[in-house]
Amino acid sequence: MAERLARIAGRSPTHIILGVIALVWLVPTIGLLITSFRPGADMRATGWWNILVEPRFTLANYERVLTNEGMGQAFLNSIFITIPSTILPLVVASMAAFALAWVKFPLRDTTFLIIVAMLIVPVQIGFIPLVSAMSGTPLLVTYGGVWLAHTAFALPFGIFLLRNFFITLPKDLIEAARIDGASNWGIFRTIVVPLSVPAIAAYGIFQFLWVWNDLLMALVYVQRNNLQPMPFQVNSLLGTYATEWSLLSAAAFLVMLVPLIVFISLQRYFVQGLLAGSVK
Amino acid sequence: MTAESPPVAATQERGASKGGGGGFSWAALLFLGPAAVLLVAFLAFPAVYTFALSFNRGRNGEFSNWVGLDNWIRLFTQDPNFLRLGFPPSGALWNNVLWIIFYVSLVVLLGLIIAVMATRVRYEAWIKGIVFLPQAIAAASLAVIWSFVYAPDQNTGLLNALIGTVGAAPVSLLGNRDTVNWALIAVGIWGSVGFATVILSAAIKGISSEVLEAARVDGATETQIFWRVIVPMVSLPISVVAVTLVVNVIKLFDLIYVMTRGGPGTSSRVIGFSMYQEAFPQGQFGYGAAIAIVMVILLIPVMIFNVRRFRAEAVVQ
Repeated sequence: MAERLARIAGRSPTHIILGVIALVWLVPTIGLLITSFRPGADMRATGWWNILVEPRFTLANYERVLTNEGMGQAFLNSIFITIPSTILPLVVASMAAFALAWVKFPLRDTTFLIIVAMLIVPVQIGFIPLVSAMSGTPLLVTYGGVWLAHTAFALPFGIFLLRNFFITLPKDLIEAARIDGASNWGIFRTIVVPLSVPAIAAYGIFQFLWVWNDLLMALVYVQRNNLQPMPFQVNSLLGTYATEWSLLSAAAFLVMLVPLIVFISLQRYFVQGLLAGSVK
Repeated sequence: MTAESPPVAATQERGASKGGGGGFSWAALLFLGPAAVLLVAFLAFPAVYTFALSFNRGRNGEFSNWVGLDNWIRLFTQDPNFLRLGFPPSGALWNNVLWIIFYVSLVVLLGLIIAVMATRVRYEAWIKGIVFLPQAIAAASLAVIWSFVYAPDQNTGLLNALIGTVGAAPVSLLGNRDTVNWALIAVGIWGSVGFATVILSAAIKGISSEVLEAARVDGATETQIFWRVIVPMVSLPISVVAVTLVVNVIKLFDLIYVMTRGGPGTSSRVIGFSMYQEAFPQGQFGYGAAIAIVMVILLIPVMIFNVRRFRAEAVVQ
């Protein structure tokens, strides 16, 4: 018994430090969440940590940001931007990764190294030439421009991640299919893609979260305010209502909602992808 | 600050024969075609265009008059918003240096400490999950969360309420030139520690328990084990995480744009912000192009690291 107590006491610094860490990482987000459900008058009068002594909740903040403050439309816009900007790179990168892993052609490894080198290209490199080329076309006043830009800049990472996964598939399986007369397209569709669901899912989640949360690309490639996604709208609200934390917290939480659902339900794939991408 | 950042390693190479080989292949062309067209049109060609434009005035984003090195000279010698060498130095480029030094080292250090400590408790998965959660949060939302924490009003801002309990006057961390960068870097750290924790935790679990036991038997303290055994044994994953974080810093934009607009004044600008600001609201496209090229130049060492690392792994197989 004494020994056990001593062991617990010896470990208590670990528990205390981890407890503090958990608080520091949880409390700011919890404060936001609580504030988003508090009446505006309460928010202005007292801190959100007074919720226990004055437990009043309302949905009015959400109602107002969704209807009057444009977050409802922005939510739809985020969906319109994100779905094609996730599916397009998934398809294009999978196909390219397949060629780089399983189709023989000259300079294949050099091609792949060039794509690895392109991993670092910042999106800023495209802003001036692409906006200049797209202006006057419908691309900047529809979602065409932002879809294409998101797709292109997602490719180096996607091709890199998927090629490195595809290449670990059993060679015998693919050779056998070839001997049986399967075409490249058939091998890609019936063997490589079905066996690579975890990697493709990981890339899909990355890309979904990246596009959903992005502000910069939308600022540059979507030149109509009524087409802008949620991060843009949150930014505008912050400019308009600098200290109206009730509205701002509701808006900020709406942006977080879908990623949190995706993330919590698919965390396994996400973490696997992260690990495959950065350490062996 | 999500974890989209380009990762840097390769998985094991086996299966397909190396070096490519074979003759011209229609299949390869069809499979690679869409990606190749997009990469050339949206990355390769714009890189060349932007480089050339950095020597031009670039009115309306097009080539107007050539100005030689004017943009570059102005950028490094006449623009205190970009770089002011003095004591202390300031400007966007200097802020990136601060970010690289403090954000990268503290994220790695905290990530390591949390990863090591978490392995000793039963609620490891919970701790890692909690710290990792900000990976899913948009920078725009992070900006709201932390602007609210930093709010100068002691009735609403958590930090100033805490400061108030010891009787100190409220501070406006984001409204003060001397503190704004530190306040932003703290948010960046909060957003990224989970990424480092998860990667480093996986690496630490790869260390055989025999090594750690041997160190303990030899009488090493936990601190010694941390610095002399664990850190050296996960040095490669540490460098991979650090490189990814450096890339995050160089590409940093959303958080600064939403939280401070680069202010007060221009005191919290970073180069990613300056590039956008000079090119679009200001319409100085040649100048903005030069800043975009600075970003690429800063990322070239990372590119070399990635390519070398990939080749080294391909050779090992």
